[in-house]
Amino acid sequence: MSSPHVLTPGSSVSTIMLLVLAALLPAIAVYYFFFGPGILISLALASVTALVAEAAMLQLRNYPVKHFLADGSAVLTGWLLALSIPPLAPWWLVVVGTAFAIVVAKHLYGGLGNNLFNPAMVGFAVLMISFPATMTQWPAPLLLSQHPVGFSEALQYYFSGTLQGVKLDAVTMATPLDALKTQLSLQHTVGEVKSMPIFGNFGGKGTEAIAAMYLLGGLFLLQRRIITWHTPVSFLVTLALIAALFNGIDPNRYASPMFHLFTGGAMLGAFFIATDYVTSPTTPLGKLVFGASVGFLVYVIRVFGGYPDGIAFAVLIMNAAVPLIDAYTQPRVYGHDSGMKP
Amino acid sequence: MKNPHKFHGGVHPPEHKTESSRLPITVAPLPPRLIVPLRQHTGNPAKPVVNVGDHVLKGQMIGAADGYISAAVHAPTSGTVSAIEPHAVPHPSGLPDLCITIEADGEDRWTERKPLDYQTADPDAVRALLRDAGIVGLGGAAFPAYVKLNPGRQKIKTLVVNGAECEPWITSDDLLMRERAAEIVAGIKIMAHLMQPEEVLIGIEDNKPEAIAAMQSACQGTGFEVVTAPVLYPSGGEKQLIKLLTGKEVPSGQRPINIGVTCSNTGTAYTVHRAVNHGEAVISRIVTITGNVARPQNFEALIGTPLDELAQLAGGARPDTSHYIMGGPMMGFDLNNLGAPLTKAINCVIAASPALFPPKPAAMPCIRCTQCAQACPCNLQPQELFWFSQSRNFDKARAYNLFDCIECGCCDYVCPSHIPLVSYYRFAKCEIVAQDREKIAAEQSRQRFEFKQMREEREKAEKAARMAEKAAAAKAAAAENPDDPVAAAKKAAIQAAVERTKAKKAEAAALTPSPQPPPTRGEGANEKGACFDLPSPQPSPAGGEGAKNTEPS
Repeated sequence: MSSPHVLTPGSSVSTIMLLVLAALLPAIAVYYFFFGPGILISLALASVTALVAEAAMLQLRNYPVKHFLADGSAVLTGWLLALSIPPLAPWWLVVVGTAFAIVVAKHLYGGLGNNLFNPAMVGFAVLMISFPATMTQWPAPLLLSQHPVGFSEALQYYFSGTLQGVKLDAVTMATPLDALKTQLSLQHTVGEVKSMPIFGNFGGKGTEAIAAMYLLGGLFLLQRRIITWHTPVSFLVTLALIAALFNGIDPNRYASPMFHLFTGGAMLGAFFIATDYVTSPTTPLGKLVFGASVGFLVYVIRVFGGYPDGIAFAVLIMNAAVPLIDAYTQPRVYGHDSGMKP
Repeated sequence: MKNPHKFHGGVHPPEHKTESSRLPITVAPLPPRLIVPLRQHTGNPAKPVVNVGDHVLKGQMIGAADGYISAAVHAPTSGTVSAIEPHAVPHPSGLPDLCITIEADGEDRWTERKPLDYQTADPDAVRALLRDAGIVGLGGAAFPAYVKLNPGRQKIKTLVVNGAECEPWITSDDLLMRERAAEIVAGIKIMAHLMQPEEVLIGIEDNKPEAIAAMQSACQGTGFEVVTAPVLYPSGGEKQLIKLLTGKEVPSGQRPINIGVTCSNTGTAYTVHRAVNHGEAVISRIVTITGNVARPQNFEALIGTPLDELAQLAGGARPDTSHYIMGGPMMGFDLNNLGAPLTKAINCVIAASPALFPPKPAAMPCIRCTQCAQACPCNLQPQELFWFSQSRNFDKARAYNLFDCIECGCCDYVCPSHIPLVSYYRFAKCEIVAQDREKIAAEQSRQRFEFKQMREEREKAEKAARMAEKAAAAKAAAAENPDDPVAAAKKAAIQAAVERTKAKKAEAAALTPSPQPPPTRGEGANEKGACFDLPSPQPSPAGGEGAKNTEPS
């Protein structure tokens, strides 16, 4: 064996993945509290699908299945997808999305460490384009729902597609971003829209608390040095700055920076998705460029685009630019005057 | 003084220093037999200057420095030379190397020791003494110190003395500084005298409070400054320590002297003092024996002492010892057994067991987590270098500054995928160096071939020109004296000779179907000359004068 002869104690790919999963737990708990047990079923379905798809692909590619399955990366992909899609949906929605993420976006691109695009976001994009109606049916927060969905009901809906006694419409509601978009197009002002019951202090009722938990989980990852500050900070700061700019120009048409930070997938995207090692830049400057670009695109898609939220598409667009960003942002090496020119 | 500067990255592995730093330095007893390798330093191995059967005295030179980058080796004790033959040496290759074996006579009698008053002596004389005393850098690279301690025309701003000892487990410099600070400082004075620096900074990691205190009190009144640095591997790397203490970076591909800095180890300073002020050559050093042994500690041991005897003195390796690490765990190398002798470059021997040094888990793919990039003290992008090395994309690896890698092992240490990154870089570096060598060789043979072609054409042209000249002269002569009978007779004779030759040629052509001209004499010599002395502008075929000068006579 050649030097060095020591390794960081306890450091491994699976440790990292487990810590990221752990960082998601507070958000999942709050999610459960505000939106009921559907999310747990969704997460379970995603985990099982991810593991089965991962094992099958490893087997087909002649990789040591046990060794790689234990790394936890597949489960993380499943969880990130489950947390991005409606938590009360037919079972096949999360299964199709997760399977596509693992089989196509991950393994057909070379497996762990080699995929160009964020698998969870590829899964999300496929679902968004293929099943747009299902993907916009978000359950209302339990506090606002006339018919809070329990565990057995949720389970029944997942596998039979029906709810006892009520139609799905009775338990779903437009998301804050959706509502804002629709109402603004009907010539309402931001202030009027935000007086709707689904809105909370900064963002949506319930969702803003989940976003705060993502922020908390992200800070934990920063503290454990799993991620660096560059991507989330540049992402959120850019998003907030542009939002502040437009909000300053016309507060009736453009929502506040806080609204943009605490609705939709902004916090999840900033700390858990844009920071995905494999599909984001490796240089500090590159991470700043990447985060800022994603933040910019998120605002553009949310406010001027056709979709209520833009995390997935913003991330996927910037994923394609990662090799270029890396090549142009090489840091200055010790003893050199400047960074390397590609 | 606390240091105000920082270097990028770094790691903090478990220190394991206290195991061996609790006991004072023990002088190892004289072993019955000493095996002194002739190659203990960077550069040419020393040339043996004794014969088998010779009686030698302690400190007597037995191998002389051979060339500029070389150092002498000396008899560690008095006794008889019993062999000059290849023997196992502590080297990662595991190959034996030429050693001089001395059977100790037990008297340990010194040769005549000649101290030198360095302040009145010529600096070159001091350097010659250092070379002949076999002084080399004791930090690990074992570079001949007299070469380094020559400023030439360069003005030296800072003399950096390296007492950082950043590798885990090793405590030999720590103990030396604790116990012999005054002698180290005496050595630094000699170095400073040779280099005339504006400042002398002694860098020590702050996990050695006793050494810091000892050095501080020894430095009082000298103007030398002890600078403490927080524990962060590899603060003892030359480039990192220079950055840490001076804020300057050694430019890529250059040496510290280019920015007016020289860096030397504390152990080296100690040996400089012994050599100049006491006339003693390097025949011993402080070595840490630690790890899986009963009594880890530091020994002052004679160069050439078999390492297994030192392990025995430390209480012996425990039964579950799997192998030994020479040097520290971050940059040291493995030896399977301790049959090799102690050399100047060995500061530590760690007995390794699976419990202390668990085997590396199987590697996973790189997930681009950039922990390596954050840890790299050179601010390289190890994940990119790995990618290019693995895919044999060597041009890219070089463009991403592979050759600035100091192989400190920080990237390996933090890699969650357990990829042996440094091994990949070593492989890529070797491949690139080999490719470069091949390229140069191919270019040389191309130049040789082209020169040969050019020369043959030129010779042909010259011959033609000479013939034409002769013919013209003859014509002119004939035109001047058309009726000259002598000329007419000559012409007839030439004509006849030409006819004869033609006939002979035709005959020869009929006999040998493919007439090849025999190689001209001296062609080999010409080719050899072409390799070294190629005319740069292409000379015109007719005017070969300039080209002629380049050909060896």
